[in-house]
Amino acid sequence: MSWLRPASDALWRHPRLLLALLLVPPVAWLGVVYLGSLFALLAQSFFSIDEFSGLIVHEFTLKTYRELLNPANLDIILRTVTMAAVVTVAAAVIAFPIAYYAARYARGPWKAVFYLGVMLPLWSSYLVKVYSWKLILAKEGILSWLFETLHLTWLLDAYLAIPVLGGNSLSVSWTGTFLVFLYVWLPFMVLPVQASLERVPLSVIEASGDLGAAPGQTFRHVILPLALPGVIAGSIFTFSLTLGDYIIPQIIGTSRLFIGQAVYSHQGTAGNIPLAAAFAVVPIVIMGLYLWAAKRKGAFDAL
Amino acid sequence: MTSAVRFSGVSRHYGAVRAVDAVDIDIAEGEFFAMLGPSGSGKTTCLRLIAGFEQPTAGRIEIFGQPAQGLPPYRRQVNTVFQDYALFPHLNVIDNVAYGLMIAGRGKAERHREAEAALEMVALPGYGGRKPSQLSGGQRQRVALARALVMRPKVLLLDEPLGALDLKLREAMQEELKALQRRLGITFVFVTHDQGEALSMADRVAVFNQGQIVQVGAPQDVYYRPQVPFVADFVGSSNVLPPALTERLTGTRRFASLRPEAVRLAADGLPAVLRSASFHGANTRAVFETEDAQIVALLPKGVEIPPEGSAVHLAWDAADLHLMTGAS
Repeated sequence: MSWLRPASDALWRHPRLLLALLLVPPVAWLGVVYLGSLFALLAQSFFSIDEFSGLIVHEFTLKTYRELLNPANLDIILRTVTMAAVVTVAAAVIAFPIAYYAARYARGPWKAVFYLGVMLPLWSSYLVKVYSWKLILAKEGILSWLFETLHLTWLLDAYLAIPVLGGNSLSVSWTGTFLVFLYVWLPFMVLPVQASLERVPLSVIEASGDLGAAPGQTFRHVILPLALPGVIAGSIFTFSLTLGDYIIPQIIGTSRLFIGQAVYSHQGTAGNIPLAAAFAVVPIVIMGLYLWAAKRKGAFDAL
Repeated sequence: MTSAVRFSGVSRHYGAVRAVDAVDIDIAEGEFFAMLGPSGSGKTTCLRLIAGFEQPTAGRIEIFGQPAQGLPPYRRQVNTVFQDYALFPHLNVIDNVAYGLMIAGRGKAERHREAEAALEMVALPGYGGRKPSQLSGGQRQRVALARALVMRPKVLLLDEPLGALDLKLREAMQEELKALQRRLGITFVFVTHDQGEALSMADRVAVFNQGQIVQVGAPQDVYYRPQVPFVADFVGSSNVLPPALTERLTGTRRFASLRPEAVRLAADGLPAVLRSASFHGANTRAVFETEDAQIVALLPKGVEIPPEGSAVHLAWDAADLHLMTGAS
C-alpha cells in the first residue's frame, strides 16, 4: 500500500515515536487497570462498614485495620504466611537440583525433555490438577491404596495421627494442602533458578576448585550466591501465589481459612469490602518487606 | 633438577577423538614452558590435565614427583589463570584475590593484607573495592593473575591469558609476565596459539599438532631448526622444500626448511618465476614459483624488484637450508 511506505519512513526517522507507540498501550493498561485498581483497593481498606446497616462508610478510618488485627484474623494471616514460607522453601530445595541438572548437564533432546517435563503440568487446567490431587490424597484414594498394597497403612495412620500436620485423611490435612501447593507452583521456581544457573560460566566453577574449594564450598561460595537472584525470583512467584490462592485450601485441607479465602468470603457473602481490601493489602505489604530484606541482604548483587 | 610436571604417555580421548595422544612432557622446576599450537591441537587439554579439570584416559601425570591421577583440582598445588579470567562476578576485587585464602581458612585481616600485596605486585594497588565488571580487560587479567599468585602455587598455568588484550597491552604484559616469572621463580606453563608470544617469553616451547607434541626445544631451535614441516610452517612461516627438490640441491632426499629472509636474488642459482610481490615496510614479501615448490622471500629495502612474471634465480647461504628429520 502506498501510504505504508511514508509511514514506515517516518517511524524510521523518529525511533522514539515508534518506541512510544509500542509502549503506550501496555503502559496505559498497567497504569489504569492494574495500578488504578490497586489504589482503589488501598483506598477501600481505609473505609469501614456500618455494623447495623451493612453499608460502607466513605470516611478515612483505621477501624478496618484494627479489625484485621483481631486474634481470629491474625490467625488466618499467620497460617497463610507460614504455609507460603514452607511451600517456598520446599520448592527451592526440590527445584535446585532439577534446575542445576538442566542448566549444567542436559543437552539437546534432554533439554527439551526437561522443559517439557517442567512445563507440561502448566498446560492442563489448574482446577483439573487440584481435583486429581483430591483423588490421589482422599481416604479411599490412590495414596492410601498404595500404602495398603505395600502393607504400610500403619505408617500412613501414624503420620495422620500427628496433631497439626495430620487429620482424618491426607486430603483434609495441612500436609495435603502443602503437597498440592508445592506441586502446582514448582515450575515457577524451577524456571528462574535454571535461567540464573545457566548464566554461571563453567570456568568460574572450575576457578573455585582451582583455588582449593571442595565441591561443597564451591556451591556455598560461588554457585548459590550467583543463583540467588533466580531463587529470589522463583520465591516471589511461589510465595505470592500461595499467599493469594483461595481455591486449593478450599478443595484440599482443613476448614480453616487462608487469606485468599478470607478476601473471597468478605467481599462476597459478607459484603465487607473494606475488610476484604485490608486482607488483600497484607500480601502486598509482606512481599514489599520480603523484597526489601532480600535487596538489603545483597540477593540482587549478582544481577 | 626436579621436574615440576611430567607426562608419560598421557592420552585423553573423547570417544574416537584423540584430543591428547600419547604425550610425554618433562617440565623443569622454575621453567617458563610454552605449549604452542593451532586451536584443537590438544595444548589446552594438556593444561587442563595438569590443573585436574580433566583426567587422562591413559598414561601417568606427576606433579613434583607426586602422581596426580584421581587427584581433584582442589588438592593440587597448581593454580590457573583462565582464558576468560573467570573472576567471581559477585565478589569485589579484594575478595576475588583473597578467595583461595578464605577457603584455606585464613582470617579476614590476614587474607586481605596478602591480597593487597598481590594486587600491588600486579600494579593494581587500591583497586580492591571495585567489582570485576568495573575493570578493563587488562585489569581483569591482572586480578586473575594476582588471585592465582596469592596462593603461592608450585606451578602456574596460563591459558591464553593475553588472547583478549589489544596488541600494545599484550606486548607490555608479555614483558611483565616474563619479569614476574624470573622474580618469583615459579614454574609457568603457558598455552598460546601465537608463535611470537611463545618464542619471546618461553625458555622452552612444545609445538602441538593433532594431539601430539611434534617438537620441543628452545625458541631458537624451534624457529631455526624445525624437525618437521608443520613446525617450519607454523612457527616460523618458513619455506618447506619437498624431498625431491632438496635432493637436487644437496643430494639428500629429505624435507628441508628455508627462512624467507635468507632467500636473495642472484645471477645464478635456482631458477624461479616471480608470482607476486607485496610491500611490507622494512622489506618486500615476494612469492616465487620453482619447478616443484613455492618459495617466499623477504627482500630487504633497496633490492630492485623485477616485474611480476619475470624469470629470476634464487640463492642462499648453504647454512640457511636446514634439513629436517621428521617425515611429515
